[in-house]
Amino acid sequence: MAASSERSPPPFPDSEEPELLEDSDDGADAFTGTSISEMDSPSPDTARPPKDIFNDPPEDIFNDPLSNINSEPQKKVDTKIASPSSDEAVDLFSDPLDDDSDVISSPEVQNPMPDLLSEPVEVPKSDFKGEPPVQKNATRQQEIFEDPPKTSSKSSSVKKAASSELFGDDDDEEDLFKEPPKVGTKKPQPSGPPVDVFTEVISDVKVKPQVKDDPTDLFAEEALSAPAPKPSASSSSRTNGVHSEEQDLFSEATVELSLDSPHNDRKKKDAVKPSVSAPAAPAASSSSKAQSKTLEELEEEESEDKFDLNISVTNPEKVGDGMNAYMAYKVSTQTSLTMFRSKTFTVRRRFSDFLGLYEKLSEKHSQNGYIVPPPPEKSILGMTKVKVGKDDPSSAEFVERRRGALERYLQRVVTHPSLLQDPDVREFLEKEELPRAVSTQALSGAGFLKMLNKATDAVSKMTIKMNEQDVWFDEKIQDVENEEQHLRKLHVMVESLVSHRKELSGNTAVFAKSVAMLGSSEDNTALSRALSQLAEVEDRIEQLHQDQASNDFFTFSELLADYIRLLGAVRGCFDQRMKSWQRWQDAENMLQKKREAEAKLLWANKPDKLQQAKDEIAEWEAKVTQYERDFERISATVRKEVIRFDKEKTRDFKKQIIKYLESLLNSQQQLIKYWEAFLPEAKAIA
Amino acid sequence: MEGSNAETELGVSVGSIRITDVTQDGDLLTFAITSQKLNGSAGVCVFRTYDDFDWLQQSLFSQENLPGLQGIIFPPLPSKAFPSQSNTQTKTLKQLGFLALGQDWQSYCKALEFYLQQVAAHPTLCKSKALDSFLVNSESPGKQRGKKGIFNRLSQAVEEMRKESHKDVDNFFQNERNKNTNVASLSKVATEKLLDVVMTEQKLALACGHFSTSLHLCVNQDDADAVAFSKICLKLSDIIEAVKRNFEKVASNNLSTLGLGLDLESRYQEAEKEMLFRRTCKLIELETVKKNTEKAKANKREVMEAFQKAAEKEFNQISSVAKQEIERFHSSRVNVLQNFLIGWCEQQLNTAKEFAELYSQHLEACRNMYSD
Repeated sequence: MAASSERSPPPFPDSEEPELLEDSDDGADAFTGTSISEMDSPSPDTARPPKDIFNDPPEDIFNDPLSNINSEPQKKVDTKIASPSSDEAVDLFSDPLDDDSDVISSPEVQNPMPDLLSEPVEVPKSDFKGEPPVQKNATRQQEIFEDPPKTSSKSSSVKKAASSELFGDDDDEEDLFKEPPKVGTKKPQPSGPPVDVFTEVISDVKVKPQVKDDPTDLFAEEALSAPAPKPSASSSSRTNGVHSEEQDLFSEATVELSLDSPHNDRKKKDAVKPSVSAPAAPAASSSSKAQSKTLEELEEEESEDKFDLNISVTNPEKVGDGMNAYMAYKVSTQTSLTMFRSKTFTVRRRFSDFLGLYEKLSEKHSQNGYIVPPPPEKSILGMTKVKVGKDDPSSAEFVERRRGALERYLQRVVTHPSLLQDPDVREFLEKEELPRAVSTQALSGAGFLKMLNKATDAVSKMTIKMNEQDVWFDEKIQDVENEEQHLRKLHVMVESLVSHRKELSGNTAVFAKSVAMLGSSEDNTALSRALSQLAEVEDRIEQLHQDQASNDFFTFSELLADYIRLLGAVRGCFDQRMKSWQRWQDAENMLQKKREAEAKLLWANKPDKLQQAKDEIAEWEAKVTQYERDFERISATVRKEVIRFDKEKTRDFKKQIIKYLESLLNSQQQLIKYWEAFLPEAKAIA
Repeated sequence: MEGSNAETELGVSVGSIRITDVTQDGDLLTFAITSQKLNGSAGVCVFRTYDDFDWLQQSLFSQENLPGLQGIIFPPLPSKAFPSQSNTQTKTLKQLGFLALGQDWQSYCKALEFYLQQVAAHPTLCKSKALDSFLVNSESPGKQRGKKGIFNRLSQAVEEMRKESHKDVDNFFQNERNKNTNVASLSKVATEKLLDVVMTEQKLALACGHFSTSLHLCVNQDDADAVAFSKICLKLSDIIEAVKRNFEKVASNNLSTLGLGLDLESRYQEAEKEMLFRRTCKLIELETVKKNTEKAKANKREVMEAFQKAAEKEFNQISSVAKQEIERFHSSRVNVLQNFLIGWCEQQLNTAKEFAELYSQHLEACRNMYSD
């Protein structure tokens, strides 16, 4: 760690140190702070601060090399090597890497590309830094490659398919230009070792097939491979001779890195702990483990249509006493998916763990346009009742309601193909002990969402001028808003339905009682008997009403509540897209300014500053292209997600309606039984 | 209350008495009443207002030359309805209970119709000229009023209520009074509770209606997914609509059978109570006369004794009529209640079967939709 702080650029030691060393709240606060500032950023100038805050120095460091890349790439590589060469970490990392390359050349090789991409998913546990970005890459690329592996095992064709799918007609050259700055921004955070890996990569690259491409090409690939120990992979795939496409792929991944910047710290602190103690051994083991895992993942992807993963949340149990008490739930998973260690496993989780999972997922995925299912909201009132320990029906209902909500939440998470791949999800389902989710304490689910909404609202208000090019989005945004209102209205309706049902059940009970009294004071024995029978019938009917009330509640009311929350998440996606658009527009404006500045310089005939201005223009041109690409990508993702969401919604509602009908039918059948039994009694009155 | 006693002196067929129509003019409800003589003559249709009913009831109360008139359990006339107040539902509901429910005063008409049938079926009351003129005369008899019966006042006099607790000389009547008090209050409570149930069912039907209508808001034809979802919403809307109809049906079943039955039962119990009260008043009167006779001076004794004898005779007549009436009442009320219970049970059973069928059709349709 000493190495890391040494080499870290000025702004970092301060913010990073506490997180690395202690698991305190500061880290989380710092994080939320930055994320907020990012969301709030009002003007074009401040729109890029989240990155700037962290990355300004790195940009400076690397921007120069970058701009030089075209002219003197060799020199750049040299400077790279020079700084880390003395670090011993190179050894640590070179071992696993060797392993990797060995493994890859063994049988599993048939599908080297996906292996490589998904492999890093496992790595984070032992790997120092760059972990989150790697995850990002992995999950992202897994998705990208989802289809190709199924259809072909040849890496080259896979790549082609993926890249064409992703980028269609994009220009490769431009990518090259904007990647390096991204990589640069990344590096200062991971500090130390990644750089080492980096150099390793470079040497690797040099040893491997001599690439006829220009060095910028190399650099782009290094950048990507740097954080994770998979340079051999990139080089091996390079031997296939499909350069341009591959680069594209990776540039895609690096783009994600930049978006992650504010969140990385958090990840890192988790990752750092184990690695500090015994970095070498775990790295080796995990990489080999990763290999076997990824194979399974492949299989899983192939059999994705036969989705088999049942999650149930059961046995809510109060742990502790007084105000420190909390509810723990049993999370049981039953699956034939080979990505899990066993077919069935059970863990105990508390509510804040669920919130923590959501937070982790939404940090990582929501900015990419994914709809991350929101967990049930924290209810201080409900929980306090439970804590006080009154065994009254309302607190039992509260617990049951929450249990159901948590179950549905988890099910929604795992049915999302991308979220299922997230290591945090698997950790949540499998790992015996989770680190306590701290930040959820201060931020209740509702509060968190509210805050998020407020912030995103502010952003959307700010960018309300966005002239929507895409009719589909234009309509969809409107639809979602309307739908949310409709669902809210329906929810109110169902709530009143449920409360009336409960009332009916109560009234029926009272009526049954008064009929029973009437029967008991009746002289005519047959009539008396019939009346007391009637009272029994009414008692049963009361039970039916009660059941139906809870059916109404759990099938519709909760379903609607879930979807109101989910629609909030959908709107969040739209906002993310809008933010991305904003970033792109800001960059455009900036580029415009730089161009004007250049024109002024030309006019003023100041050649000394001209070069710098040109560099800046190049830099901003790259940014603009990248942001535009970002925006297109997030648009595509959001679109895909919304369509998926609509499908899921339709399926969910269908399922619930059938369930509801079944319960209605059952009630009627019970009623028929009751009345049929009572009819002879009534007829027997003489 | 006896359906079997179809023949009356006037030859009015009890089963033929019907209220076929009701028209509302401001606060005034006019009922079209048809009836038919047993001798097969053509049916008669007359128009009567509530005041006419009231006149009939008072005429029955104040019949002359009928020994033991006060021992008769008079069929209870529902209290007056104020249609213009039906906006202030709660008040009407409190006053009329079940009779205020149902569309177009149907339950109220049913209750009035039942009242006429009971009067016509009563072995003594059916002989009344008033009934004949009520059913046949095209002229409205209500105009010739002024004969406010004495019983009405008696029953309303609050200060005399304490006489209710007066100990009876006859164990039969003492028991009957105790039971009556008990059953009257219980049946009243039961009626109210059933009314609550019916009201809630109606509220539920209403809520289902709103829900079903609101579901139509979610319909959107933008794209394939939206259409699929819209289909689901419409289906659900249909289902909720069915649930709504189910509630309406169940509520109207409750209302038209058990509700009316319990209402009638509770009103009849009140009528019996009034009769018993009248008898108790007579008893107290007799006892006072007896005391006075004992205390009376010799010169007045004879007059007093004659007076006492007359009172005793009247009281005995009342008691004997009352005994018959009570017996008749008990057997007929069991019958009536049984009929209502059977009718109720059958209707509910049919409704349940009907909707079970409907739901299973919906379920089938939904499952098919699912497999699409």
